[in-house]
Amino acid sequence: MDRKDLIQQLKTQIIKQLNLADKSPADIKDDDPLFVEGLGLDSIDALELIVLLQQEYDIKLKNAEEGQSIFRSVSSMADYILEQRAGAAN
Amino acid sequence: MQHNELYITSKVHIGKSKIFRKEELVFQSTATGQAFLNSAYEALDNHYPKFYKMDALCKLGTIAAHVLLETPEKTGYQPEEVGIVLSNKNGSIEADLSYFESAKTFPSPSLFVYTLPNIVIGEISIRNGFKGENAFFISEKFNAEWIHFYVSDIMQNHDIKACICGWADVLNEEFEAHFFLVEKGNKNGVNFTPRNLEIK
Repeated sequence: MDRKDLIQQLKTQIIKQLNLADKSPADIKDDDPLFVEGLGLDSIDALELIVLLQQEYDIKLKNAEEGQSIFRSVSSMADYILEQRAGAAN
Repeated sequence: MQHNELYITSKVHIGKSKIFRKEELVFQSTATGQAFLNSAYEALDNHYPKFYKMDALCKLGTIAAHVLLETPEKTGYQPEEVGIVLSNKNGSIEADLSYFESAKTFPSPSLFVYTLPNIVIGEISIRNGFKGENAFFISEKFNAEWIHFYVSDIMQNHDIKACICGWADVLNEEFEAHFFLVEKGNKNGVNFTPRNLEIK
């Protein structure tokens, strides 16, 4: 799956995982902040995103402090997933 | 003991896919369960993006409070002057079971946060900016005597000028809410007595 498809998939998964019933993937811009502004997610949502990474991509966040940069936007999440996959393949 | 200066100025009943305020039908739908609550949220112009994330009990309480407080003057109190005292039979059992199911694979943090019945009070408070006294009680049936006693106490002794009180219960996608607004000195209502709190 290329980066563009991964971003689309992530948007759908985020809406489902976080119960954002009033949002569609088109409402989420690739580089919009996920927290506070943008989607307005909160700390509980951050935990759900960690679960999403583990559940859907088998990626365990090793350092919670990394979360701030990983979950900055859908783009940054996709980059992190691709980076982890590349690392696992090597 | 009767507190003549306290009055029930509004009330709401939600049940069987209908919402009544002071006996007047304000919303009905053919939808049932959470679909009914979602359709009520959309129809009642209750702009609150976090609504869809809530469990059924919090959705029920948030809608009931929204309908109860619809008249602008009802929210003209200072945050610390509004209390909330609710009760039900089944606690947060629906959220408890959902979380239990999720825990078999990946425990869901967003389900876990709803595994206490008093969270509905928190959601109503956040939505409306209330910071007054609050309590949640579990009882087999609605105990009008006890709710009357407790609400009277916080309104007489804790500077609470308005209090949302009543019943909000959810089990197997069946909902029942009876909310009352009790206000100090507002005579546009009926006396706050156990008898006038009784629910049918």
